[in-house]
Amino acid sequence: MKFLRATILILLICSCVPKQDQLEIYDFQGIERFLFLSDSKTYVINFWATWCAPCIKELPYFEQLQQEFKDQVEVILISLDFPSQFETKLKPFLEEKQLKSKVIVLDDVDMNSWIPKIDKKWDGAIPVTLIYNEYKRQFYPQSFTYEQLLTEVKKFIN
Amino acid sequence: MKKINVFLLITFFATALLSAQNGYDVGASATDFKLENIDGTFVSLSDFKDAKGFIVVFTCNTCPYAVAYETRIEALNKKYASKGYPVIAIMPNNIEIKPGDSLSAMRQRAKERGFTFPYLIDHEQSIFPQYGATKTPHVYVLEKTNDLNIVRYIGAIDDNYKDAEQVNTKYVEEAINALLAQKQVSISKTRAIGCSIKI
Repeated sequence: MKFLRATILILLICSCVPKQDQLEIYDFQGIERFLFLSDSKTYVINFWATWCAPCIKELPYFEQLQQEFKDQVEVILISLDFPSQFETKLKPFLEEKQLKSKVIVLDDVDMNSWIPKIDKKWDGAIPVTLIYNEYKRQFYPQSFTYEQLLTEVKKFIN
Repeated sequence: MKKINVFLLITFFATALLSAQNGYDVGASATDFKLENIDGTFVSLSDFKDAKGFIVVFTCNTCPYAVAYETRIEALNKKYASKGYPVIAIMPNNIEIKPGDSLSAMRQRAKERGFTFPYLIDHEQSIFPQYGATKTPHVYVLEKTNDLNIVRYIGAIDDNYKDAEQVNTKYVEEAINALLAQKQVSISKTRAIGCSIKI
């Protein structure tokens, strides 16, 4: 009986721990809806990868933004990691960092078809960030400091 | 008249500024350079007297996309150097940020992978901004006309970085085949994900 109780307790605890073991993987068609959500929130969409050093450097700023503006902002981190590195790089990275922001994966090789649909100015270098809400959208082909990110996001939420 | 002159001047500077920021578009005349090769010599486009054009690839050791395309870049050189379009690879990164892209690391990589093309380093980081390269790999196909090297294609090597076997369109090959046949390049600009050039 004691054993059963312990087992149930352990199961309960385990089910509360956020799961990072399943990646949400989409092709561009699957990703597209995240780029055009229309509710009261401001969406901050960041394209990144574990192999991209400037991306990793700015990830904490996106996390901080998500924490500070929980009610108004939703950060979505779109990983462009290679499928061959999902298990070896991406999953261990997510496991270690326990990111609070939503992470999804874009796996679609026909880049020339989908890159311009995200922004005409984007030539494919990362990191890039898209900020939008129901009223406006702006594409940022650049890295951010937290201050810069904050300044831009405030233009959307105020 | 004065007004027009001022207007022209402003337009001229604005255009100059714009092109300085954005680099070359298709049809632009590309600059020559004199950059150090992994063997210690200095290489310029003008050294290739018999070339009909060039496959200029901004690439490096450390970017996974560049690595994914290494074999295909070498294959391009094997296939097209003899037809007058040699590959000229240029490593544009700041090696203080990416020590894995130093000249000795480049030499090592070229040896391991058996590169037969010049693998040059943009020490001053002054050439890639003129071309407008922003990432690795980033390809410029140039056609030699009289004394100029005209940009005929900008972008990716093909449309599947993951698997060379699954490629539908070999953009660079199609561009060069068109040029060799004296035809218009049908797809002259493409985009692909790459690693931003480290400055």
